[in-house]
Amino acid sequence: MAYTEEELKKELETKEYEYGFYTDIESDTFPAGLNEDIVVAISKRKEEPGWMTDWRLKAFKAWKEMEEPEWANVTYQKPDFQAISYYSAPNSKPKYDSLDEVDPELLDTFKKLGISLDEQKKLAGVAVDIVMDSVSVATTFKKTLAEKGIIFCSISEAIKEHSELVQKYMGSVVPQKDNFYAALNSAVFSDGSFCYIPKGVRCPMELSTYFRINQAGTGQFERTLVIADKGSYVSYLEGCTAPARDENQLHAAVVELIALDDAEIKYSTVQNWFPGDKNGKGGVFNFVTKRGICEKNAKISWTQVETGSAVTWKYPSCILKGDNSIGEFYSIAVTNNYQQADTGTKMVHLGKNTRSTIISKGISAGKSQNSYRGLVQVSSRAENARNFSQCDSLLMGNECGAHTFPYIEVKNKTAQIEHEATTSKIGEEQIFYCNQRGIDTEKAIALIVNGFSKEVLNKLPMEFAVEAQKLLEISLEGSVG
Amino acid sequence: MDLKDKLVSSFLAFEGKVDIEHPVHDIRSEAIKNFENKGFPSKKSEAWKYTSLRGLQNIDFSIFPKEENALEYKEVKKFFLHEIDTYKIVFIDGIYSSFLSETTHDGVDICLMSAALTKPMYKPVIDVYFNKIASKDESLTTLNTAFSREGAYIYIPKNKMPKKPIEILHFSTGNETSLMLQPRNLIIAEENAELQVIERHQSLTSNEVLTNSVTEIFAAKNAIVDYYKVQNDSKAASLIDNTYINQKDKSVVKVHTFSFGGKLTRNNLNFFQNGEHIDSTMKGVTILSDKQHVDHHTLVHHIQPNCESHQDYKGIYGENSTGVFNGKIIVDKLAQKTNAFQQNNNILISDKATINSKPQLEIFADDVKCSHGCTIGQLDEEALFYLQSRGIPKKEARALLMYAFANNVLASVRIPELKSRINKLIALKLGVRLGFDL
Repeated sequence: MAYTEEELKKELETKEYEYGFYTDIESDTFPAGLNEDIVVAISKRKEEPGWMTDWRLKAFKAWKEMEEPEWANVTYQKPDFQAISYYSAPNSKPKYDSLDEVDPELLDTFKKLGISLDEQKKLAGVAVDIVMDSVSVATTFKKTLAEKGIIFCSISEAIKEHSELVQKYMGSVVPQKDNFYAALNSAVFSDGSFCYIPKGVRCPMELSTYFRINQAGTGQFERTLVIADKGSYVSYLEGCTAPARDENQLHAAVVELIALDDAEIKYSTVQNWFPGDKNGKGGVFNFVTKRGICEKNAKISWTQVETGSAVTWKYPSCILKGDNSIGEFYSIAVTNNYQQADTGTKMVHLGKNTRSTIISKGISAGKSQNSYRGLVQVSSRAENARNFSQCDSLLMGNECGAHTFPYIEVKNKTAQIEHEATTSKIGEEQIFYCNQRGIDTEKAIALIVNGFSKEVLNKLPMEFAVEAQKLLEISLEGSVG
Repeated sequence: MDLKDKLVSSFLAFEGKVDIEHPVHDIRSEAIKNFENKGFPSKKSEAWKYTSLRGLQNIDFSIFPKEENALEYKEVKKFFLHEIDTYKIVFIDGIYSSFLSETTHDGVDICLMSAALTKPMYKPVIDVYFNKIASKDESLTTLNTAFSREGAYIYIPKNKMPKKPIEILHFSTGNETSLMLQPRNLIIAEENAELQVIERHQSLTSNEVLTNSVTEIFAAKNAIVDYYKVQNDSKAASLIDNTYINQKDKSVVKVHTFSFGGKLTRNNLNFFQNGEHIDSTMKGVTILSDKQHVDHHTLVHHIQPNCESHQDYKGIYGENSTGVFNGKIIVDKLAQKTNAFQQNNNILISDKATINSKPQLEIFADDVKCSHGCTIGQLDEEALFYLQSRGIPKKEARALLMYAFANNVLASVRIPELKSRINKLIALKLGVRLGFDL
């Protein structure tokens, strides 16, 4: 063989983050630091009503009292919250009606990311609410959605135009005081997405948002609120890529899902924040609170593919409040080099006949640490609750770690809970088999990893599944040797 | 005065009873300092999240029994495994009873910790082994270390095997309204040695007893240790059992824990595999009713390559009882080719019962096979119906199914008399007569 594995490894090690570029757009940035004035200023800048300002201040007060959590199985240099600028908005305002008006440099950025807007507009039928730094820049397909009565806009717009809905639901699933980062987010969130599906409406397309962190030194505090009214259905996609940065960037988002009676929400994420270089320098801190509440017969399904971030700390959860409600969690978390991930889910069974499924696949390579942390809780009133959890870990190389911390708390005798976890490496026989049939080792690994993750990949919407598969391959390149 | 202050201040009185010139006393002084700093663990600490010691700390336990109490053999015969001949190390209210015991120095040492800690001839062994694997950090273990004076001392030299199983029995007579006991055991099996130990704590009245026991077990190359813990104490007895096991190459250690009784039981079982081709097994059956609380906390630390560990814990929880299982497997970077299995199955038979389970894996090596499984469920309605349709009353049918459920654990008990004894205890606990021995 002319091209050896060693050479490949070397090449991949020196390969920089593909999406690590920096778009030079003038932006309007606040001075670094956090105090009440900044919170008020953010609120003012966004022309928010008084109740929103008060809500933010209440959260800020709570945050000041709180301490940064340390229980997660990750180690990192804690961010200095006074060194972060809490607001940054691209300058090119006002909003555009068509894509042609958008700053060509920005469009170019998205092209590099492989999400050309016009193509998506034509082909996939995906409405993209692009969040470039903190303010929505372009929203497409809004009109098609408006016909159905679906509201899909930025959260700042929703606060102004649909304040009764926002006021009613914001903080109802993740209260301001929920945890350190949720409180911080509640105080300073810059923008995010808002989605409301009216009664009995089936959203005709996948809703999608791309988050990016662009401006140096800006913390990204997204807030997403999805409300599916009685009997409605929505599939929401969230994808992330971030440019390379040397200092660590903080991302503390809050996502709240509300599925009213008989509604269904499918929330898919592909996360590819900059993971830091091969020496573990830089990278994004991803401290996210995601939670959904299910009323009667409702269903929430979380699917996530996590390949990025230096440190991930994320537990998309379901509160199964209504009878017969269903919660699902499908996750693939890939860590390479010095990445650390502590991720999992919480399924809180409160209603009768509630069901939940957890499928978690962890793949660790390089010197990374990958933890699954989950909670399955069955309250004493949750008759006939059913849970199935499966956590599989794949280890590549002897310098990485895989950890499982499942918590199971059951207070009802009719509950049926099954949990199983396995840890193993890719079998030498499997690789040999592939080699023997002319598939090189690198490809064989990709093949096996894909098979290992198939259960989760299958849950992703079509367009995403392809992208995710590619992402898996990219993130594991060079991890075999 | 709360229990912590009381314990710390009684350390002075304790010093009056032991030889403070002996090197072991330095270990004790160090340990009491740690306990004074740490105090009793609270529910805030992750390891004690599901078990509270608060209630116990408000009880005014006497720390040293006032007088020596005697018991007639016939009063307590039923607590011995009297069907077979055994060595016996018996303590009454924490004090050694030579009358009920049967110790030996014939080739092997089966005797007392108090002798081992004071007599010069044991000093070389004590220097090498005492407090070497017991945690110097965990507060309850260090509390025991500080007050370590009495317990069982078993030393099996190279290529030896005691002729019969060894029973360690702790009776509390209830002459004190509430009593705290802190036995300290040291068990050493040298190369190729083999032994079987049965440990039991029994209180004879319904007065409060709190036992905080520490056992250190060393299994050298090729040694085989079988350890059975029978926990069927009265409803006023609480037990905190801390067991630390150090294994060398090719040794096999099995610990079976049968928890049926007691008010609050906490088992901290720690295995350290310091060698290759080691086999560690821990199994348990827990059947609870009333307001009982049992917490199994296991740790297996795979340090060297090519080792195995097996865990199998079955629990049946009725009435207002609470069961906790927290199993942790750590596989170090060096420990390639490790096979670690962990299984925890639970049946809840009452709506007020609770089970909290946390099977945990921390793996740093890649070429390993590790798995854990945890289930919580009910008896199979169809199986129950099948038995009933064949004329077996519902109660017995349920009991039969529960037997079957627990049988995996019983199958590996190597002393037949003990096995049938456990069977009887299970039948008693389930309130049925099965009319056969499994």
